[in-house]
Amino acid sequence: MSNEWPLWEVFIRGQHGLSHRHVGSLHASDAEHALQNARDVYTRRKEGVSIWVVPAADITASAPEDKGSLYDPADDKVYRHPTFFDIPDDVGAM
Amino acid sequence: MYAQMITSEATPDDPDKLAAFQARIDAGERIEPKDWMPAGYRKTLIRQIGQHAHSEIVGQLPEGNWITRAPSLERKAILLAKVQDEAGHGLYLYCAAETLGVSRDELTEMLLDGRMKYSSIFSYPTLTWADMGAVGWLVDGAAIMNQVPLQRTSFGPYARAMVRICKEESFHQRQGFDIMMKMANGTPEQHRMAQDALNRFWYPSLMMFGPSDSESVHSEQSMRWKIKMNSNDELRQKFVDQTVPQAEYLGLTVPDSDLTWNDNKGGYDFTGPDWSEFFEVLKGNGPCGTERIEARQKAWDDGAWVREARLAHAAKKRAAKVAAE
Repeated sequence: MSNEWPLWEVFIRGQHGLSHRHVGSLHASDAEHALQNARDVYTRRKEGVSIWVVPAADITASAPEDKGSLYDPADDKVYRHPTFFDIPDDVGAM
Repeated sequence: MYAQMITSEATPDDPDKLAAFQARIDAGERIEPKDWMPAGYRKTLIRQIGQHAHSEIVGQLPEGNWITRAPSLERKAILLAKVQDEAGHGLYLYCAAETLGVSRDELTEMLLDGRMKYSSIFSYPTLTWADMGAVGWLVDGAAIMNQVPLQRTSFGPYARAMVRICKEESFHQRQGFDIMMKMANGTPEQHRMAQDALNRFWYPSLMMFGPSDSESVHSEQSMRWKIKMNSNDELRQKFVDQTVPQAEYLGLTVPDSDLTWNDNKGGYDFTGPDWSEFFEVLKGNGPCGTERIEARQKAWDDGAWVREARLAHAAKKRAAKVAAE
């Protein structure tokens, strides 16, 4: 069994009200340790107001080759965008 | 609005903590799920976001009613996309409510057994195709009026859900107005249908903002907590001022003979809705009140085997993976 610390993904909330954003990853022995390391590695210049750490092994990602089946169906549904409808300017903001 | 008559309660919390909490809100900071918050803030928000979510979900029903009867394939695809958006909005909001410690199943059960409400507007029937126009134009228009300021509400997950929702909501209102333009400028019969839809949806739309400020007992606490950003009357006035010129543009008449422009206040004087009707509808006694909850109950019951089957399949896959290792 490997003695290497597991990998963690780090997410930082840059400002109050914003979503956390992925900033990078690091190794740590457990969640608390990962938070401490994240603080040292990613927020030395007060980059954020909140940190999330998630075990990298727990992240499930979509595969790049699935791009077509995931996103192409939206191509012929331009009506989902408000600009699809011609609304006269006199009517005001809508 | 999509959340009406939300009871807001003050709770016996540590005064120092309460003061610090209020100071954070006053400073424009966002409250996040793991932060300390007064029990009343949590409870009120669960009620408000939950009711908002229920409204999005129940709101699919009156429009879903016309998907199979849309007048063209294009209109059908557009309506389908809109109803799909409403489902998405419900999901964003349920998730925001769940960060406060309530479960999805609990929220659903509270809707079904009447402990939680949905917006009064969705208890009204959609009788003709013109109603699809009126709903997009008026109902989504009124919703936008309320939801835009809620993007700045104090609870982070709610505010962020609102940002996503508002981005998508503009499509909804514009597709509604587009239908109204077609109908109002169509044959005399189509024009008559457009006018009839406006007649039926006008007052229920005004009700969406909730009772008058003088009767809205819980507003003050919610406004201090910034989970309600504007008063009911303020938003209703704004809605009327924006909508009346749009009706004029369509060549339609707002069904209010007392509607007049008031130069002093820079807005319209108008007749308020019948509030006794509103309270009845909110209690579930609206024209489609029973039907709406029955439809939700049926979806919940009919979907039970799907929820179970997914879990059983996931357990089976997990077991197979363990066996292979």
